[in-house]
Amino acid sequence: MSTVMRMHSIDDAAPPDAAPADAPAPVRAVAPVAVPGGAPAAPATAAPLRLTPAQRLGRTLRRELPTWALSALSIVLLIGFWHLATTYRWVFYIRFTNVPGPVEVFGDAMNLFGNKGFATHVMLSLRRIMLGFAIATVLGVTLGLLIGRYRRVRSLLFPAMEIVRPIPAIAWVPISIMLWPTTETSIVFITFIGAFFPILLNTMHGVASMDAVLVRAARCLGATEFALMTQVVLRGAMPHIFTGLAVGMGVAWVSLIAAEMISGQYGVGYFTWEAYSLIEYSNIVIGMLVIGVLGLVCSGGIRLLGRLLMPWQASSGKENSR
Amino acid sequence: MNASTVQTRSATGHIDIRDVNIRFTQNGVPFDAVKNVSLDVKPGEFVSIVGPSGCGKSTLLNIVAGFLRADEGTVTVDGRAVTAPGADRGVVFQQYSLFPWLSVRQNVEFGLKMQGVSRSTREVKARTLLGLAGLLSFENHYPDQLSGGMKQRVGIVRALATSPQVMLMDEPFGALDSQTRVVMQEILTNMWQQLQLSVLFITHDIEEAIFLSDKIYVMTARPGRIKAEIPVPLPRPRTPDMTSSPTFLALHRQLKALIREESLAAMGGELKEGGLAGHDWHVGAEGVGAML
Repeated sequence: MSTVMRMHSIDDAAPPDAAPADAPAPVRAVAPVAVPGGAPAAPATAAPLRLTPAQRLGRTLRRELPTWALSALSIVLLIGFWHLATTYRWVFYIRFTNVPGPVEVFGDAMNLFGNKGFATHVMLSLRRIMLGFAIATVLGVTLGLLIGRYRRVRSLLFPAMEIVRPIPAIAWVPISIMLWPTTETSIVFITFIGAFFPILLNTMHGVASMDAVLVRAARCLGATEFALMTQVVLRGAMPHIFTGLAVGMGVAWVSLIAAEMISGQYGVGYFTWEAYSLIEYSNIVIGMLVIGVLGLVCSGGIRLLGRLLMPWQASSGKENSR
Repeated sequence: MNASTVQTRSATGHIDIRDVNIRFTQNGVPFDAVKNVSLDVKPGEFVSIVGPSGCGKSTLLNIVAGFLRADEGTVTVDGRAVTAPGADRGVVFQQYSLFPWLSVRQNVEFGLKMQGVSRSTREVKARTLLGLAGLLSFENHYPDQLSGGMKQRVGIVRALATSPQVMLMDEPFGALDSQTRVVMQEILTNMWQQLQLSVLFITHDIEEAIFLSDKIYVMTARPGRIKAEIPVPLPRPRTPDMTSSPTFLALHRQLKALIREESLAAMGGELKEGGLAGHDWHVGAEGVGAML
């Protein structure tokens, strides 16, 4: 009905539109005439070169405001949906009957964050991530450089790694518990496994995709093999290494949480799973959100470190990262 | 300023290539890339090698640089046999080869750093050289922020920083537009004039070779042999107006004719091997005939 009416209104509007369609010719002709008189317009276009800070802020705001507004809207929509779904206990195959609402979760979170026990969970998870990830970084980058540069090392090590690589870190949980003397070390090991392969493979790829003329140039300039590895190959592979670190950090969190849920004592993963067992529903959501935020902070840290260590990338990569 | 004064400019930097042969294998078939090549670059001399593409001139340079080994023959620099790359031979590549993670000055300092030269000495030397090349105001830029001509100037300065006895330049201006090229040639000839240095320069640009060189070797099409050794009697220092002098033009004609023979020979070879004949739906038999 309404569509029909709208179509009519378009049809109705068409004749009046069509009539001026001939008429605009003189109207448009005015525009070019205005251009010679556009001399006063020139200062207006030149003006942006000399902007006061306030003007510049205004411009930034005007340009960025729609983006920010949309970002805010997307978060508001998510929380709004969550609120409505839990308040009215929506059931449409998915059941929101037992899911705590945002208000309840927020209140409980405020209580929990003052609690020393929860801080222990967070600190332990962070310690496990840092340890596992640090070991994975050192080993992954070192082996990646060696495998990438020396064919003999590649033939020796890579086939074995290719067999182990497709095994997800979570599948390592039982054997890891058997292998390592404490639960703590086995969880760190699983975190390590998760982070190691992305870092290794990206480092290898970084070495392989580096321009060979750079290695030649360094050798002509008298670089020893060690200097070549540390000051040329490592630096040249750095952009790929950081891709590996970012991916590795993500997988490390997945592995850590899974390991904590299965075998853990303490840790945010354990906390989240325990909340489910103890029917503390809002703690499940708090655990999830905390894991999300910690993951975000960790990958943000890696990106920041990357920008600090690779200032040359800022000049070249800008156009792509808009 | 004649060749003899050039020779006395420095005592070191003598490149001697004697009876060098190199064979490569392509698709399982071995072929001679360079055959019985002997040439020498005297101390302080600027020597160019010109020839049709694929004649092995870059291969020859790679041997002097130490990237490749000759199958037969000897290559020495100041009497020492070349076995590996080293800072006594500065190399400028056709592709831009600056380290993108280092600033312009850090790039220039790289070779000195490898020699363990102290930070302050490195800085002084790098800045002096960058000043000579008109790049001092860009010392803190990253390579990606520079134009092609500037990158190549930094490349030259970087190769000079370790004070090599010889410079090996493999079509260093090949990737630049023609205007930039001409300016780069002037900069290079001026820098060479100020530094006591032997240069082995690979190019396919005849004017570039004449403008820069004391002596030009013309190589044959594959297998690469020395077809002619042509001294350039133009006075030093070289200036752009010399490119229209009768001597320059006569040399240009002579070299052009020599290289044309070789280019045609190379294409003739391809024709016989079916390289071009395979494309005759595109060029046409008369077309190829006309090209020849």
